[in-house]
Amino acid sequence: MKSHISTTINGDSVEFLCEPSQTLLQVLRNDLGMTGTKEGCGSGDCGACSVIFDGELVCACLVLGVEAQGAAIETVEGVAAHDQLHVIQEKFLEHAALQCGICTPGLIVSTKALLEENPSPTEAEARYFLAGNLCRCTGYDKIIKAVMDAAATMRQGA
Amino acid sequence: MVALTYHAPDSLEEAVQLLSTARQPVKLLSGGTDLIIQMQGLIQDERLVVDVKKIPGMRAADWMEDHLRLGPSMSCAQFTKRQDIQAVFPGLVEAAYLIGSTQVQGRASIGGNLCNASPAADTIPALIVNRAACLIQGLNGTRRVNVEDFLTGVGQQCLASDELLVAIEVPNPAARTRDAYLRFIPRTEMDIAVAGAAVSVTLDDTGVCTNARVAIGAVAPTAILVPSAADALIGTKLEDDALLAAAAASSQAANPISDRRGTVEFRRHVVGVLTKRAAKIAANRVGAL
Ligand code: FES
Ligand code: FES
Repeated sequence: MKSHISTTINGDSVEFLCEPSQTLLQVLRNDLGMTGTKEGCGSGDCGACSVIFDGELVCACLVLGVEAQGAAIETVEGVAAHDQLHVIQEKFLEHAALQCGICTPGLIVSTKALLEENPSPTEAEARYFLAGNLCRCTGYDKIIKAVMDAAATMRQGA
Repeated sequence: MVALTYHAPDSLEEAVQLLSTARQPVKLLSGGTDLIIQMQGLIQDERLVVDVKKIPGMRAADWMEDHLRLGPSMSCAQFTKRQDIQAVFPGLVEAAYLIGSTQVQGRASIGGNLCNASPAADTIPALIVNRAACLIQGLNGTRRVNVEDFLTGVGQQCLASDELLVAIEVPNPAARTRDAYLRFIPRTEMDIAVAGAAVSVTLDDTGVCTNARVAIGAVAPTAILVPSAADALIGTKLEDDALLAAAAASSQAANPISDRRGTVEFRRHVVGVLTKRAAKIAANRVGAL
């Protein structure tokens, strides 16, 4: 039997019907058409599905859709302010920190969570925090450069 | 995934009621980082999922008069950020910090780690050395079970079908007592323990160990308390021969399997080394008080 769920996604109230067996990732992508959040593994290993759930960075594939009742969720679609890219997104572009792009939305969301928690991470702290976001293309170096540059730029802006 | 019915009771009474009247097999949902994967694969038939996170107190951690009352569903991310807990139980916090990625930490809980009862669960040896107990609620009231007795086998604990874990109680440590946890994994981060050891030591003013607890993980069907390793430490100043004796006792107590991550011989050896090193770290922590 489908459950009726009321939640908040990127600040908007959202209602949906879902089976208890659906993950939040399936609901986002298949039912709500929010395909920015990617599925890499579906088993909590790759971080492509990273979203912020009640203030906590989580894998959307490890949350049931029904658990979203009353929650506040932030996805990659909420990172940019309308047409204005977020500094993190600009820095990923500037440093060419992506190739196929499957890992990128997860990394953008995770980097946002990192910099909200720790605006001045060391490179080691950034690598540790982002260790749950796998990238099979870039070798991570450009990603880390983009993250460190975004952190520095955001500190200046603040 | 298998067919599920989902309930998120907001009281303990309602939860126990649901558990005791369920017609299908029940799965208790806490952080879901193990359960959701299991439901995608291993489990084939229908399940009633009871999400325990909305029950008051399940995600809190509060200091009571003589113990820390830990809500089983508090996320590892919340738990490891608690400086007050880190100051008193650094070994328990470091064990929780080793579980999974940042994303997994955002959901995974200590109660879930405990009830999932993996032989390799990182927090379990650290709970055992800290004399933690499980507060269990069922149809006929509550009972307390020490963590080392809570576990009954690989993936198994002693919860009856009408019962759930409502709190983990960790007694305030005695004066000059600290803990430590170490594990071995083949890479630097995000892996499952091949062997793990937690140690808690109490030292007097002259540095003599007056009390100790040693527990080892991933080297037997459940994490186990090793009194012989603790005895090797008690009465000593943790000199090299005492540490070696404790290491030998842990190796002796281990009953591991060989698999692709480690052989029996390797696991036996390494759990001794971890015991020795964790004892030193715990003692240094007492020294720094
Ligand atoms: S799709 Fe969720 S972690 Fe890979
Ligand atoms: S750019 Fe392809 S996975 Fe990272």
